[in-house]
Amino acid sequence: MGYVLQKEGFSKLIETLGKQYRLFAPVLKKGEGRYTDVDVVRYDLVSSSDQIELEKKSDYAFKEFLTPLSETLFFFAEGNVKEADLDMRPVIIFLRSCDMHAVKRLDQIYLENGSEKDWFYARRRGLVSFALIGCSHSFENCFCVDMKSNVTKDGYLFSVDQIDGKIYSDLKDDGLKDLFEANAESVQDVTPQYVKENQVHVTIPDKVDNSIYKHPLWDEYTSRCIGCGRCNFVCPTCTCYTMQDVYYTENGKMGERRRVGASCMVDGYTNVAGGGQYRKTHGERMRFKVLHKIFDFRRRFGYDMCVGCGRCDDVCPEYISYSNIINKVNEAAKAGKEVQ
Amino acid sequence: MTNAYIPFPSEIKEVIKHTGKEYTFRMHFVGDVKPGQFFEVSVPKYGEAPISVSGIGPDFVDLTIRRVGRVTDEVFEHYVGQSLLLRGPYGNGFDTSLYEKGEVIVIAGGTGVSPVRGVIAALAETADAKDKHVIVGFRSPDDMLFRDDLKDWEKKLDLILTVDGAPDGYTGNIGLVTKYIPEVPIRNVAEAQAVVVGPPPMMRFSVMGLLEKGFQEKNIWVSQERKMCCGLGKCGHCRIGQTYVCLDGPVFNYTESKDMLD
Repeated sequence: MGYVLQKEGFSKLIETLGKQYRLFAPVLKKGEGRYTDVDVVRYDLVSSSDQIELEKKSDYAFKEFLTPLSETLFFFAEGNVKEADLDMRPVIIFLRSCDMHAVKRLDQIYLENGSEKDWFYARRRGLVSFALIGCSHSFENCFCVDMKSNVTKDGYLFSVDQIDGKIYSDLKDDGLKDLFEANAESVQDVTPQYVKENQVHVTIPDKVDNSIYKHPLWDEYTSRCIGCGRCNFVCPTCTCYTMQDVYYTENGKMGERRRVGASCMVDGYTNVAGGGQYRKTHGERMRFKVLHKIFDFRRRFGYDMCVGCGRCDDVCPEYISYSNIINKVNEAAKAGKEVQ
Repeated sequence: MTNAYIPFPSEIKEVIKHTGKEYTFRMHFVGDVKPGQFFEVSVPKYGEAPISVSGIGPDFVDLTIRRVGRVTDEVFEHYVGQSLLLRGPYGNGFDTSLYEKGEVIVIAGGTGVSPVRGVIAALAETADAKDKHVIVGFRSPDDMLFRDDLKDWEKKLDLILTVDGAPDGYTGNIGLVTKYIPEVPIRNVAEAQAVVVGPPPMMRFSVMGLLEKGFQEKNIWVSQERKMCCGLGKCGHCRIGQTYVCLDGPVFNYTESKDMLD
């Protein structure tokens, strides 16, 4: 079932939804970008439709609700341990198709890798449903078509496409039917818009052999990459974290254990007690990250981790192109096969 | 659904001091656990550290801890009369049934003895213990761990105890563990099992020595060590390629571990 809403109707719809759900959506933050006078689009809780950025690609991913950069897990009070409370009101996350595909990757790691589900992730995940933002065109650096994440057919409550000032919505959730009926201008079949062609293309190698580990292609990144980890923090599929204990009192009796986002590009990621460290160079770390996204994850779970959102390329302060690296790895993998 | 992140308090039943910086903490624990598995040991305010099980009893596990970092410093400073917070056990552990019959060689270096202590103890009690060979290496005579065990094992199985270096007048073996691999008498090298645990270079050269001696790759087992924040396959730090050391290891067959490149 699909609906067409005028701006006012959509505004009322969001207002009404906001009473039942917390709405987590991309928001244009004027002047809050990484450089002076530069805007940024990042996720935040919204209460009105005009706060939701429907045109631009978000610079940061939706995952910040499911895997916050810093999350208190539990509190220590002398001998006692108590799990942190969480606002248990339901949440609707507004996201694009690539990010819907990323949700599956987050679930894979936090709920399906190993026999234990991640209790804290599961608690947040249970609160979340999705609203799909359609893509009328590809953005810079996107390669969703090659990663097959450009189309999303289900898993969302409703979709949102803004065309000529009107909102076109494909409603999947019957529970919201009355709300849409009350605010829509007309009823018609709606298919969310999706990207059919990107400017950027990647070819994912079927198989990468161990010779890639010593390949000279990584040397360039040892000198270019500064190991800042921004690519990991904007990535909708990066899930790594590090535990951190924070104490309020000197005597160590009151405090909390948090987990904070970790980056495989940043120093310290592999440090073991006694001074041991794996992957010292930025080139080795780049190889570790890239192979995870396009090969190692697939070997374990059967599909690629990367969804082709291109945010890592958007954010890199050294203008390193990750999609370029994928193609270089593919070339190297092909050359390796020919030698054999 | 239980929350695996919440640690449980475990009483310290006994502390055995091996050296100035290596103690074994005997912790109250009742449950299934295997040699080679590990626990996450928590000290609130200082964090968690993965520590392998060095001994297993009906109501305890031994955790041999080396004082090398933030968490372990704190454990050493403030353990007296205390308990520690634990999570676990995690990891696959050794399948000791593989080593019950036939010829076996265990090569362990330094704190690498901890995860295989249970394996060696089991070997010492088998009917054909004379076919069980153990090479244990420490940096120096002062760094030796499990001295009482070493004396006991020496009587029951073929033990070669060596140190990398020693002061003048030391009468024991001096040399790296790899030096002794060629002289271990193995009758049927095609069937013999091998276990190797220790610092990465020691493992690499020991496996090379075993392969040169004619051991089959599929009969060699190693235990890996990586940074781990969860032990549950979520935090990502211990991943090597498609493998999570905390879930799929830390014990690996060499046919797998040889392709695990960091």
